[in-house]
Amino acid sequence: MKRIKTLTQKTLKSTVVKGGCGECQTSCQSACKTSCTVGNQSCEQK
Amino acid sequence: MVHQYKNNGYNIVLDVCSGSVHVVDELVYDMIALYEDHDLEAMKAAIIEKYNDAYSDEDITEAYDDIRELVDSGQLFTEDVYKDVIIDFKKRKTVVKALCLHVAHDCNLACKYCFADEGEYHGQKRELMSLEVGKRALDFLIENSGNRVNLEVDFFGGEPLMNFEVVKEIVAYGRKREKEAGKNFRFTLTTNGMLLNDEVTEFCNREISNVVLSLDGRKEINDMMRPSRNGKGSYDIIVPKFQDFVSKRGDKSYYVRGTFTRNNLDFTEDFKLMADLGFKEISIEPVVTPDSNAYAIREEDIDRICEEYDKLALDIIERRKRGEKITFFHYMLDLNGGPCVYKRLSGCGSGTEYLAVTPTGELYPCHQFVGTEDFKLGDIFNGIQKTELVEEFKLCNVYAKDKCKDCFARFYCSGGCAANSYQFHGTILDAYDIGCKLQQKRVECAIMIKAAMADFDEGE
Repeated sequence: MKRIKTLTQKTLKSTVVKGGCGECQTSCQSACKTSCTVGNQSCEQK
Repeated sequence: MVHQYKNNGYNIVLDVCSGSVHVVDELVYDMIALYEDHDLEAMKAAIIEKYNDAYSDEDITEAYDDIRELVDSGQLFTEDVYKDVIIDFKKRKTVVKALCLHVAHDCNLACKYCFADEGEYHGQKRELMSLEVGKRALDFLIENSGNRVNLEVDFFGGEPLMNFEVVKEIVAYGRKREKEAGKNFRFTLTTNGMLLNDEVTEFCNREISNVVLSLDGRKEINDMMRPSRNGKGSYDIIVPKFQDFVSKRGDKSYYVRGTFTRNNLDFTEDFKLMADLGFKEISIEPVVTPDSNAYAIREEDIDRICEEYDKLALDIIERRKRGEKITFFHYMLDLNGGPCVYKRLSGCGSGTEYLAVTPTGELYPCHQFVGTEDFKLGDIFNGIQKTELVEEFKLCNVYAKDKCKDCFARFYCSGGCAANSYQFHGTILDAYDIGCKLQQKRVECAIMIKAAMADFDEGE
């Protein structure tokens, strides 16, 4: 595709199957404490 | 749902429900905008009208085929299928996996924007947590954590190092109990740095998996908002301590974390200073406070802040191109390995998975609710009494909030901060509007940085 560069094909849908173990870090324990940022957290199963 | 935007010369297309990100040329960008309510012929007419004969019939057809291919492979215009997931999700049994331990409701600074009122939290007594309460809190966490292995405990305040001896003993107790219970404690600590010394540094670098070091940036900015109780600034005391601490930190995680206010909407300058001081992991967050405070962020500041976020993004790209390993917390984005949908739907877990514990052992949904009597859930000795409130937090997710349902950033912020929503709207099921706009901008910048670095890496 010369007009399109795909940075990620990731489908969130695939994480419905394996996800939800809950072992990942709680977002407010990292550096925020006054907002809510979840998209930048890592999956513990990686 | 698709979100399209232009930033730093990139035409970016985010397919919200799949998480796919595409960088496209002008033609595809315009055609994607037309795609849902135009067929190919209507699209051709619209493109020709806009660009005259800049694109041939073949160009347009080829672009259309590429778009179709992405649609067919589930990377564009994908449906939101997670609304069904949420039904099961509501039935889930939640466990507690993280505590914010308020080991000190007291502070040795008098920061003007402190939501904790220098540790008094809306009129609570200045006091320190006893070791007995700390130990019981860890036991409470283990007892209520079900099968979760990784348990998190954040030492928070006020200033937690004012109760350092108890912090040390709580950690020692945790190390003993985790072996017995088959758990893994991850301790974190948030400090203003005033009491950092060699002993604290050695302890933190051994036991504390992430340390948050509070610094607002430039001396005049930091000292304006973060004075000591006698009115003197804290910058000259804490910066050398932070530098020493970080130099001994090795590869363990830390964040130098600042707050920006209306006084420093040019916060890129604060970021630059922090970076030039040698700090590599940086977070600077907007102050959240009512308009009645002169330093509050207001609606009319949003455009200016968005410009500043662009400026900050460009600075980070330049640094990364030079080989600097620098991270800005809100621009961190793992496009290929981020959190699962469940996590993205449930948000921060306040009131369910994440609770705050006061020095006397009272439980609140999170550190920001401490001292708001209506939100007192119970205590670590008798457990949670207000189960209906826990239920309310459990149901608090992106689909429960009208403002989030159609927002492109909903899988990145997960519905935002419940405490901020309550502060501005009196309910946890709303959203703090200024925070939303800034969060949307940060997501856009974070994706743009990925596009720029992908370009750079290709050119290498």
